[in-house]
Amino acid sequence: MLDRAGVSLTLNGAPARLASSPLDRLSHALREECGLTGVKVGCDAGDCGACTVLIDGEPVCACLTAVGQVEGRAIETVESLSRGGDDVRRLKAAFHAQGAAQCGVCTPAMLLAATALLRKNARPSEIDIEDALGGVLCRCTGYRKIIEAVKIAHNFDPAPGPAAPRDGAVGRRLARLDGERKISGAEIFGADEWPAGALLARVVRSPHHHARFFFGDLDAFQRAHPGIVAIFTAKDVPGENCFGVIAPFADQPALAERAARFRGEAVALIVGEDGAMRGLDLAAFPVRWEPLPALMTIDEAAAPDAELIHPGRPGNILTSGRVARGDVEAELAGADIVVAGEFETGFVEHAYIEPEAGFARRIGDRIEVQACTQAPYMDRDDVAKILGIAPEQVRIVPSAVGGGFGSKLDLSVQPFIALAAWKLNRPVRMIYSRNESIMTTTKRHPARIRARVGAMRDGRLLAMDFAADFNTGAYASWGPTVANRVPVHASGPYRMPHYRALTRAIHTHCVPAGAFRGFGVPQTAIAQEQLYDELALKLGIDRLEFRILNALQAGDSTVTGQVFKDGVGFKACLEALRPRWREALQAARAFNESAAGPMRRGVGVAGMWYGCGNTSLPNPSTMRLGLTPDGRLTLFQGAVDIGQGSNTVIPQICADALGAPLDLFDLASADTDTTPDCGKTSASRQTFVSGKAAYLAGRAMRREILRLANVGEEATIRFDGDAVLIAGAGGERRVQLRTLPINSAGFVVEVQETFDPPTSPLDENGQGEPYAVFGYGAHLAEIEVDVELGRVKVLRLTCAHDVGKAINPTLVEGQIEGGAAQGLGLALMEEFFPGKGENLHDYLIPSVGDMPPVESILIEEASSIGPFGAKGIGEQALIPTAPAILNAIHDATGARITRAPATPDRVRAAILALRKKDHD
Amino acid sequence: MYARPAELEAALDLLAEPGARILAGGTDIFPAAGERPLAAPHIDVTGIAALRGLSMAPDEVRIGAAITWSELAKAELPAAFDALKAAAREVGGAQIQNRGTIAGNLCNASPAADGVPPLLILNAEIEIASRRGARRLPIRDFITGNRRTALAPGEIVTAIIVPTPQPTMRASFLKLGARRYLVISIVMVAALLDIADGVVREARVAVGACSAAAKRLPTLERRLLGVAAHPGLGDLAASEDLALLSPIDDLRATAEYRRDAALTLVRRAVEACLAGQAGGIV
Repeated sequence: MLDRAGVSLTLNGAPARLASSPLDRLSHALREECGLTGVKVGCDAGDCGACTVLIDGEPVCACLTAVGQVEGRAIETVESLSRGGDDVRRLKAAFHAQGAAQCGVCTPAMLLAATALLRKNARPSEIDIEDALGGVLCRCTGYRKIIEAVKIAHNFDPAPGPAAPRDGAVGRRLARLDGERKISGAEIFGADEWPAGALLARVVRSPHHHARFFFGDLDAFQRAHPGIVAIFTAKDVPGENCFGVIAPFADQPALAERAARFRGEAVALIVGEDGAMRGLDLAAFPVRWEPLPALMTIDEAAAPDAELIHPGRPGNILTSGRVARGDVEAELAGADIVVAGEFETGFVEHAYIEPEAGFARRIGDRIEVQACTQAPYMDRDDVAKILGIAPEQVRIVPSAVGGGFGSKLDLSVQPFIALAAWKLNRPVRMIYSRNESIMTTTKRHPARIRARVGAMRDGRLLAMDFAADFNTGAYASWGPTVANRVPVHASGPYRMPHYRALTRAIHTHCVPAGAFRGFGVPQTAIAQEQLYDELALKLGIDRLEFRILNALQAGDSTVTGQVFKDGVGFKACLEALRPRWREALQAARAFNESAAGPMRRGVGVAGMWYGCGNTSLPNPSTMRLGLTPDGRLTLFQGAVDIGQGSNTVIPQICADALGAPLDLFDLASADTDTTPDCGKTSASRQTFVSGKAAYLAGRAMRREILRLANVGEEATIRFDGDAVLIAGAGGERRVQLRTLPINSAGFVVEVQETFDPPTSPLDENGQGEPYAVFGYGAHLAEIEVDVELGRVKVLRLTCAHDVGKAINPTLVEGQIEGGAAQGLGLALMEEFFPGKGENLHDYLIPSVGDMPPVESILIEEASSIGPFGAKGIGEQALIPTAPAILNAIHDATGARITRAPATPDRVRAAILALRKKDHD
Repeated sequence: MYARPAELEAALDLLAEPGARILAGGTDIFPAAGERPLAAPHIDVTGIAALRGLSMAPDEVRIGAAITWSELAKAELPAAFDALKAAAREVGGAQIQNRGTIAGNLCNASPAADGVPPLLILNAEIEIASRRGARRLPIRDFITGNRRTALAPGEIVTAIIVPTPQPTMRASFLKLGARRYLVISIVMVAALLDIADGVVREARVAVGACSAAAKRLPTLERRLLGVAAHPGLGDLAASEDLALLSPIDDLRATAEYRRDAALTLVRRAVEACLAGQAGGIV
């Protein structure tokens, strides 16, 4: 019997002993007892593979292995790979150079699974690689760069490349500056660090979509469970029990009062010693539920007699949006051709591999929160509001973020850990289970869209009438943003002289819908781009040429009346697809003509645009840059890198703006005590807005340095150790930095610059200048449908994006491939049903075998506003994938899928319905 | 309590402990536990050598209960086991296949258990031990419903016994899911054909994830007997053959779709047997 005796094993090459209970999950013991936090926990169910370790050389999920079962076995975690041989160093170097790690949370598992493969087979085929990595999910990369890294690992040169280039960083394929620690497993994510003696927090949540609740004897429950230190309910919230990302709409309580408005809403917070909390059965908590009728759909909630979910929001309408110009009705009546359609999408889960986690501690009259987040300053203000203290009393230190995609803009663990640490004056940590993460955090808004579009016989678009309702769930979150952004985008980047788009965000008793990569625009594109295909087909015009004919160009007016004089590269994106489009169509026709079996191939294309930054609202970023006496530069970079690469791209911009080599830069990452506000990592704004602030800071630093030598702008500067050499008309001057006065921050020169993209408010018809810059793109999808089973396989994606300037092409491709993977999921498999399947085996995201090769085509139609002409890419990449795939399904089968995702049963039903119609 | 006995006898003694549960690969027990630590006494049977072997006698093949999917996929077995091996390669990912055991899959008794249809077409029997002695049950009697088995308190599955198949038998397994890896089956089908002198001498077809427990299709099996083994054989399958299935609507698909897809997969699995293809995920 092994109880109490401990377990002996070989751990990362050395004899070790585990004292954890033999029935504990091995993942838990390795993290908590051994401190091997490179073992990530993503689901505790074997669904994501993030906790992969090697046992006697074979990959297994540590979360499904009991500690007792590893007696006498040899275990390797990612930490052991730092001592690996040449093969391991080659693999890691290939991962780093290829950009195979984005957020880095699946990277340890990917590396271990790949290591196990490469030990047996140094030159694996693509299928071998996919089979080996099939048990690990990645949500950021779209897998292609991981596959490539494993493929080339056998002869990849692990020697570190030359130091950062001295002749310009912008446009270079630099490996990410924070990549080493992602690949070593040393990166600290939300769950990976906690102060000694930290208490553990868990939350009691509503099992009903809508219910009143009544607490029993909480004191008795606490007394009966030694180790519980405190139980908090709404009455214990010292400040305002209300938060929300858009202050005027804030409506969500940290802990519900009297009634829960969605399944999973928090009603009580329990804090205690680790062991007591882990064994606690939350189902035994003394709370009585009185279920109430729940409004789950748009129709139920918008019914005239529906109960109001929030008093003061009549009709359960959170907010509505409108953009209108021209005379839509008259023009549709006069159009040669009009098509109409109704489209629907469901809730989509972000499914980042890192569940929400963090810790808080009170230091005097201040509270510090270290957690995964996309929006540190917004967190600061809401935590302050909930605790009833000043924002300056709150310090937010973002941990590394294991994927965000919009959901980590909203508070998750922060109110709980902050409240408990504040009240108890002890450090408190919390880690969401996967179930908790899926059940309670925001989702993509389900949409119901009705639209009509008219065109002239020559193919010119004339008018669009668009109406969309969004199920925004129980609380506001980003519902207003979706409702306002969608009407600006629903035409797509095409000339549309007559236009009316109306939107409503409607409350239901569902989990709050919030921000998810694209803020409603991906749903909209599913409708708009399928209708444009219908129009082209009816007009007998090639579907790509129809889009080229109508493509918005510089000098054209958008549907809000905005005219861009430069930086409109949509037509160039479409034209870049033309060669592949023609080849693909021909190949698909040839395949189908000779097809004897059930497989049919199809090709689809879809376009998109996306306004970078907030819609007609200020969203400034501020960047601080200091020069030390020894000639190093510190960039206070508050833009949170959630895997997209701002920790690399923003210094690249700053370095070139200043004219300094990148290796002189030290990065001070986001921390509300030290870095100025760079806003939130959302709306594809960090490269554009924070990047521009970094550009301005670089230029300002250059000006200040030139001023030291009293020379003009045309002078050149060169950094040389603790000196700067300034060459101007009057010859070269050497400024010894150590001779200059040092400010209180330790710098001899310090600058701070702010950029806020120029926009104007929209009038009552939505006319105005909502964004300073749009990004543009188009995807071409080649697919195969098994018409008997309705199963769709994507064979190849070609993705053209106008990014203005690709600051780092490898990272841009990473965004495109990762975005396309999420678009593929939206098209084919992803839908969350509240109350069902709150796990990663019922909620499916693409696996390594679902992503086809992706060819990225980067178009650089510079915007005069962005840094070096750059625009955002984060959200752009996801938007056209799903409509391109849905259009390809129609091309292959003739069946139009109006309800996403196109799961096998829906595709098969659509094919059968079409056959029946043809028969009748 | 956690115990890892080396002998079956010791495991059976330990199983007398009230509430004791058997732990093998852990791939179902840990997910079911969720956030709560495992509380009941668990008897880890993976240390019992007798449960880990795979042996072939003249009249039967014995697969130890604690054989993992990875071990099974690599094992040298007659062609009739190709469907089982194809299923072994599609249960979860490599991480699951390296831990999950064949008997665990049966004892968990999920309607979507990938191991069941291939064992149904092998006419497998389940060998069960307890302090009362040993017994054998045909697999169709072992799985009694959705997550229900005939296993009585104090009993352990020790092996899966398969009557040695004819060398002429071919088998295939087709799994339908909504993604390539790590996917729970929407429908899966296993088929076995024994062809001699150009005609079907024996046919066995089983469908999973379309009823509480996977089922054989006796009317189809009878119809295939004596028929010439030419391509197109699968078309003999008709929707009436699937009438005994009772698929449900769930997150993965509608019942109507399952019935439709099952017929397609049955036809294809029969064709795959003819073509000597082991199948896999479609």
